[in-house]
Amino acid sequence: MDNDEKTAIDVDGVSKIFGSGPDAVHALDDVSVAIRENEFFTLLGPSGCGKTTLLRLIAGFDHPTAGHIRLHGENIAHLPPYKRPVNTVFQNYALFPHMTVAQNIGFGLEMLGKPKREVAASVDEMLSLVQMRDLANRQTSQISGGQQQRVALARALAPHPKVLLLDEPLSALDLKLRKEMQIELKRLQSETGITFIFVTHDQEEALTMSNRIAVMSAGKILQIGTPREVYDHPAERFVADFIGETNFLTATLQDVEGSTATVTLPSGKPARASLPSGTHPDAGRQVSIVIRPEHVTLALPSHETSLTGRLEDIVYFGTDTHYRLRLADDTLFIARMQNRRDGEAAFDPGAEVGIVLADGAVQVLRD
Amino acid sequence: MADRPFAIKRQPGFATIALICFVMLYAPIITLVVYSFNAGSSIAIWEGFSLRWYAAAWENELVQDAAIRSLVVAVCASLFATTLATMAALGTTRTRPYRGLTATYAMINQPLMVPEIVTAVALLIVFAVFKQTTGYDGLGLLILAHTAFCIPFAYLPIRARLEGMNLSLETAAADLYATPWMTFRRVTLPLMWPGILAGAMLAFVISLDDVVITEFVKSAGQETLPTYMLGQLRRVITPEINAISTALLAISILMVTIFFFLNRKKM
Ligand SMILES: Nc1ncnc2c1ncn2[C@@H]1O[C@H](COP(=O)(O)OP(=O)(O)OP(=O)(O)O)[C@@H](O)[C@H]1O
Ligand SMILES: [Mg+2]
Repeated sequence: MDNDEKTAIDVDGVSKIFGSGPDAVHALDDVSVAIRENEFFTLLGPSGCGKTTLLRLIAGFDHPTAGHIRLHGENIAHLPPYKRPVNTVFQNYALFPHMTVAQNIGFGLEMLGKPKREVAASVDEMLSLVQMRDLANRQTSQISGGQQQRVALARALAPHPKVLLLDEPLSALDLKLRKEMQIELKRLQSETGITFIFVTHDQEEALTMSNRIAVMSAGKILQIGTPREVYDHPAERFVADFIGETNFLTATLQDVEGSTATVTLPSGKPARASLPSGTHPDAGRQVSIVIRPEHVTLALPSHETSLTGRLEDIVYFGTDTHYRLRLADDTLFIARMQNRRDGEAAFDPGAEVGIVLADGAVQVLRD
Repeated sequence: MADRPFAIKRQPGFATIALICFVMLYAPIITLVVYSFNAGSSIAIWEGFSLRWYAAAWENELVQDAAIRSLVVAVCASLFATTLATMAALGTTRTRPYRGLTATYAMINQPLMVPEIVTAVALLIVFAVFKQTTGYDGLGLLILAHTAFCIPFAYLPIRARLEGMNLSLETAAADLYATPWMTFRRVTLPLMWPGILAGAMLAFVISLDDVVITEFVKSAGQETLPTYMLGQLRRVITPEINAISTALLAISILMVTIFFFLNRKKM
């Protein structure tokens, strides 16, 4: 949102329709997003929401049905993929099977017409960057999945693109390797200073790695923001539901002041709530609100507790404990509290307990 | 028995029938090969081992002439046919599916279905008109005819290879600054190469032993090995024919073996 940050990729009102007539698929529907230089930007969304399609449009493998894509302010519609300073790490890696690891990594530079010596030096640098020096002369069919992933990454980074597109590069890896590669990707991004556009359908991956996240659903971008913003202040039900666990309640809006409002909870008590950006709903309206399970604490019912419910069960998770409560209007409410050394007031199932909301815990959704 | 799955191998008489088939297939060929080494001049009475008929065939100028012509035609025709088949295979697998794609497949493979004699007669008529109007009756016509019927044979292995090749490799090359031409040279061509070689060899073998079309199309004095042999059969039959046949067989076996190993090397 800072204007002094330069925009690397500007997607402006882009739509992509596959096919025509009744079987037309609206893979992207009027998508606009400005991705900044040096940013680790993540496209997050369920399968089939159009993530790969958007990357393919940026890389130039496909053309938008409507809208424009600009790179550093310049319209790149007329540029074929081989003239765009954008490289891709493919979902299936797409390593050249008839070339060695080193030849794969050097391919882009070679095609750019760089002298042999420069290519060799760059390949060497990339091999150390992804810690693959020992395997430089292996055939790509003779290395493991994680190693192939690194080669694909090195191959895409070697020509020093302005923007690197990564299409679910970690989805084929097992959990441990995945965690390692997440850290490695973050390190590579900060070391190279290249803008990363990273695609995933794993919300945890998106939250831990990104500078900003765009949450997509059915060809639309629903919300763009920092991991904190989309997690703490989801603007739509889909976003709140897709990212993390959450409690949905219905409340009535009272006073609206700027970006916050007072709402009346189902219990009849008032609470401060954040409004989704850019909305000015009228007081008196019924709205959906979300409260994250970890943004509340449990206490004995008193005038300080905003909601009360009957404790149904308690699940111990080591670092924290989940409490399932049934509110007066029969909705389920989940609270999550960290376990401490000294232990806290323990609650027994069946007990009537109160819920204390932390500051900023209540978020109003755009309906 | 009843609860076992159906297995053709256990049917009564299966082994016998299979054996008879193999004997019928290979007994004549083995006889032919054996008698090519006959010392006598009969193709049915064994008179001892000798390589005299190989020597005779080797020194026979007519055989030499026909053999060279056969090789020239087969090499040229397989080269042209493979080039065309490669382009056809690229056009039918490396483009977006278009209307008439199935029709195109059918058109390319149709010569496999048309009886050879029909093609031969058709070519005879066309070439007769051509020869009359232009006065040209050189080997080019024979090469052209062979190229035509070799295309589908070259096309099949090349297309099979391309279909097994992931398009994303070419996309990746384009992403890495390779122009369409460089993508073709550095990625598509090296990967489809085994298919091209296999197609070329198949075309070569098919061209080498063609009789029917050659017999109809050739101008006077343009004997190839098979038509020469056919001509000889009308005169005296000596083991020389066996020797030539055995040599052709050896070349074919060599080709098919190479074809097999190239195909096995598929990723
Ligand atoms: N070439 C195409 N022709 C027709 N429809 C397509 C084509 N490519 C994608 N689609 C459709 O567009 C929609 C978006 O596809 P896309 O591949 O972008 O999804 P995605 O978000 O990358 O999903 P995933 O997480 O499964 O990879 C899907 O409904 C898909 O079926
Ligand atoms: Mg995808």
